[in-house]
Amino acid sequence: MPDMIQATGLVKRYKEVEALGGLDLAVPEGRVLALLGPNGAGKTTAVRCLATLLTPDEGTARIAGVDVVADPQGVRRLIGLSGQYAAVDEHLTGFENLTMVGRLYGFDKARARQRARDLLERFALSDAGDRPSKTYSGGMRRRLDLAGALVAEPPVLILDEPTTGLDVRSRQQMWDVIRELVSSGATLLLTTQYLEEADKLADDIVVIDHGKAIARGTADELKSQTGGERVEVVLADSAQVEAAERALAAVAVGEVQVEERTLTAAVTGGAQALHAVLGDLERDQVRVLDIGLRRPTLDDVFLSLTGRATEPDDAATDSTDSHASEVSA
Amino acid sequence: MTDQSARTTAADPASSGSPGTQGDPATRGVVSQALSDGWVVAQRNLIKIKRVPEVLVFVLISPIMFVLLFAYVFGAAIDVPGDIDYKEFLIGGIFAQTVVFGATFTGAGLAEDMQKGIIDRFRSLPMSRAAVLVGRTTSDVVYNVLSLIIMALTGLLVGWRVREGFVDMMTGFLLLLLFAYAISWVMALVGLLVPSVEVINNASFIVIMPLTFVSNAFVPQESFDGVLRTIVDWNPVSTLTQACRELFGNIGPGLPEASAWPMQHPVVYTLGWIVLILVVFVPLSVRQYGRATSK
Repeated sequence: MPDMIQATGLVKRYKEVEALGGLDLAVPEGRVLALLGPNGAGKTTAVRCLATLLTPDEGTARIAGVDVVADPQGVRRLIGLSGQYAAVDEHLTGFENLTMVGRLYGFDKARARQRARDLLERFALSDAGDRPSKTYSGGMRRRLDLAGALVAEPPVLILDEPTTGLDVRSRQQMWDVIRELVSSGATLLLTTQYLEEADKLADDIVVIDHGKAIARGTADELKSQTGGERVEVVLADSAQVEAAERALAAVAVGEVQVEERTLTAAVTGGAQALHAVLGDLERDQVRVLDIGLRRPTLDDVFLSLTGRATEPDDAATDSTDSHASEVSA
Repeated sequence: MTDQSARTTAADPASSGSPGTQGDPATRGVVSQALSDGWVVAQRNLIKIKRVPEVLVFVLISPIMFVLLFAYVFGAAIDVPGDIDYKEFLIGGIFAQTVVFGATFTGAGLAEDMQKGIIDRFRSLPMSRAAVLVGRTTSDVVYNVLSLIIMALTGLLVGWRVREGFVDMMTGFLLLLLFAYAISWVMALVGLLVPSVEVINNASFIVIMPLTFVSNAFVPQESFDGVLRTIVDWNPVSTLTQACRELFGNIGPGLPEASAWPMQHPVVYTLGWIVLILVVFVPLSVRQYGRATSK
């Protein structure tokens, strides 16, 4: 079966900066691929190339076999795009926004209106449907934008950081909506800087940094790639960090990470290692608040792949900048 | 594979159900798609005017100001040949000047659109690439109709009169609207070239000020000499003004016969400019829209 989304060697440069340095992607039909990376990794640039908003400098990309450069209009008929900056008109009501999109797909008036009503209902926006969208909350605006991407029921969905900047509840709602879309058979590419999000929603994950894929696989594959489980110890007294560090170092694969009173070490042979650490800690009379074995998170994955942690806190400002420079470039 | 093609077909917008309304250039001509999509975008722009009427209020006040300023401040100082009051002479010029100035609105609207998130939606839809421009220039026709009505009423108040028939009068207004539409496309290109909305007013001023002031809009062409007189005679703003004065019957008896060909045939000459501007600037603007949006 051919891949619904397929990119080979995508390169995009902005003056001196290489935003994409030869990215390959493949998403089979009905699957979900998460493009995971920190800010400035090239996620948005990749999405914009696939969605025909940018022309790649090198490489090819196809959506359901249709080339994004040779036949952009053909690609636009196959995709639904929902971006990190809600693409809605703030002066139009939710209903007017969706009706307009339907009309621009070539729907007649009655059909565009019916579709708008259905989507507002589905995204719990019926009550707000007749208010200008600038009165919407961030989560509502994002849902309206996603609804706009679904007007023509496209077989391929491209979601650029669908939950960035949303509060916990809105994020949960968005996840439910995305899961529902996937279960109805859509092929989905989503970008995210939330490792948890990729883990929860995606079948496959491509970790991207500096415009290149640095790892790919399922969440489980990526986790096992970065070594096995972690022993995590939380101390009652920070004066005892050194003693605890010695105990962990005895079983650790690689370095022991210390963050205030929390120490983490990758280990092999989980339970045995935990047992050994506990013995050492007791012997040295180290007071422990909490100790446990946990599976590696995608944060650990990223750290071990790039040697640095992701910085979700800088997210909003950084990506806004890169977006602005793309538009004006 | 069969599954995939089934989905693709099902997802095809407005598929089998309504052929002919489909967003497919093969079944829908490029021009007719540009017009129908453009109309959808125009409706969106008009909704904005409805929601934020303040935008319009200030733009419509300026023509009133111009009529009053010129009629009462310069009216006494400017001598018009022929037996006619300056206020009557002036209105045709004010009409021409205002529709040219009004085109800045088009440029500003587009420059603003280009910075909004909604443009991403437009760009990801299989709609006409010209629709955003067609929509903007079309909705600005409504704005121009409103400003002409306001100016005409203000003109009537200060003493302007229409002395030719209804058909001539409507021809005059139609010519003004067509010229305004053409200039809109020039300003659309400017709007796409400037980096932000703030720049547009200054950028358009450089074009619009000389175009309207080196013309017979405010002073009779006889008051210019040499090269300047030639420019005035061939300036389409002059011929538009001249056409309005003729069609509204605002040319006083005893006025010397115009010597230059354009001033002798102002309607035809102005129409020629309208066609020329559209032929040059529609493709240029559409191309620039594509460039500005695919970098």
